[in-house]
Amino acid sequence: MNSVQIAFHPSSVSAFDVERIRADFPILQLQIDGKPLVYLDNAASSQMPQQVMDRLVRYQTSEHANINRAVHYLSETATAEYDAARRKLQRFINAPEEREVIFTSGTTDAINLVMHGYGRWFIKPGDEIILTTLEHHSNIVPWQMLAEETGANIRVVPINDAGELLIDEYEKLFNARTRFVGVIHVSNALGSINPVKQMIAFAHAHGVPVLVDGAQAAPHLQVDVQELDCDFYAFSGHKLCGPTGIGVLYGKAALLEKMQPFKGGGDMILSVTFEKTTYNTIPHKFEAGTPPIAAAIGLGAAVDYLSAIGMDAIATHELELLNYATAQMTRMPGVRIIGTAKNKASVISFTVDGVHPHDVGTLLNQEGVAVRTGHHCAQPVMKRFKVPATSRASFAFYNSMAEVDALIAGIRSVQKVFA
Amino acid sequence: MSNYKALYQEVILDHNKKPRNYGTLAQASHHAVGHNPLCGDRISVALCFDRECIDCIAFQGESCAICKASASMMTAAIKGKSRADAEILIHEFLAMATGKLNLDDPNHIGRLAVFAGVCDLPTRVKCAILPWHTLHAAFNSVAIASTEADPMHAPNGDA
Repeated sequence: MNSVQIAFHPSSVSAFDVERIRADFPILQLQIDGKPLVYLDNAASSQMPQQVMDRLVRYQTSEHANINRAVHYLSETATAEYDAARRKLQRFINAPEEREVIFTSGTTDAINLVMHGYGRWFIKPGDEIILTTLEHHSNIVPWQMLAEETGANIRVVPINDAGELLIDEYEKLFNARTRFVGVIHVSNALGSINPVKQMIAFAHAHGVPVLVDGAQAAPHLQVDVQELDCDFYAFSGHKLCGPTGIGVLYGKAALLEKMQPFKGGGDMILSVTFEKTTYNTIPHKFEAGTPPIAAAIGLGAAVDYLSAIGMDAIATHELELLNYATAQMTRMPGVRIIGTAKNKASVISFTVDGVHPHDVGTLLNQEGVAVRTGHHCAQPVMKRFKVPATSRASFAFYNSMAEVDALIAGIRSVQKVFA
Repeated sequence: MSNYKALYQEVILDHNKKPRNYGTLAQASHHAVGHNPLCGDRISVALCFDRECIDCIAFQGESCAICKASASMMTAAIKGKSRADAEILIHEFLAMATGKLNLDDPNHIGRLAVFAGVCDLPTRVKCAILPWHTLHAAFNSVAIASTEADPMHAPNGDA
């Protein structure tokens, strides 16, 4: 009796069994030019476990039809599974209501939805939108397009040399014209985890709504939109072990209801005549046309998979990988880590003295190590650190300490080639 | 896959470390700047003619080793050549970098063959061809060249 209780107690789950988890990911068995793949480009896109692939196959094999339309068996099954996926995503981010979870094609689509559906209706000439230096281009460009169209102005929160937002400066940006805040939860380029809860509370004290770009946070942290009290939260499926072409916009129901649709078409209407169209209720108002049904169901399976492991356990293992890699790279002469925030997710941007990041990337690939090289769709960050590009290693829960060692050995071999 | 292992050969690493004809020209008759917006590589090529032949040429810029070595070896290869001969070499180099040149056929590639392996690395092809694209633009006095216009599909004079 005693032993059974201990076996099921969460705290008794001791060591994170990375080898057992790796067995779920067929792609991790690949060899690249005779070397085992060391996949460290998870911030760009994560890999998919067999469980999610099996779910996609089951859907296409025995459940597929269009949703919300016909009365036949397959349409009803597909509709039920699509709705079930929405509820899984709702639980994953602890959204109060199912209808506050909108399926989009990804984070970029979700942010554009808010720009069109909210921004174009509620942001006026001379109004101000606050963004941060750490934003991904996807949370900069839509707002620039809006500013150009409406005559609104964009204000930017600066960062310090560690890559942390200057919260005092953020607070000073607020004035009577501030209408909107867009902030990235975890920087894709540097890994900095931003104090979004504190920033949201400050914005709300000024009556300003906040959109959080959670593309890099959702795969690594337990996201609770009620605890954050964010007005919008956007993230992508393919960084969460799910398929590409699917993402989520969470929005508070009261805001979503007063917003205008972004795209017009089927499914987002209640009735259409040539005189007048009545829009459907949320979330359908924002899901025009046939959605990526299979991808949504696959994403539902992906968050089931992640939840079974536990986001806290994932965050703990990734922090160990980050700390282990950071400690070694900090000791390497000629290697500079860009982004040393106290609170970081498992992303390491770095440069190697005298070697362009593209050469670093090609030579690491030669060792089977996949990293991202370039500006990471965050050119303002690169400009702030006066580098044209960096190499970036980003770790997922299925990466091992041995893979960190392979990265370090790879960087040493790059230095040897260019010695 | 084995070709790219040979890409970072001694000759490429040497040209990267000690680029030839690196700098600017006081009296250039032709000049262009090449830019690869995807990685931030940016190089400028300047040259002047003595009658029919390229008399002096220089390049400058910030780039990866492949791009810099390609630029350095390009300047060495075309110095003294006529514009027509240089255009032939540009064409052959671009064909080689994109895997469309059979090195067994008669050609003028010579030592530039060290870049043949780049065709196995699609993301690095642009690094190798940027200097050549920029040279082509300089001949036509096009101010800015970009790797985002495919040189293999751009007719002469329309870079």
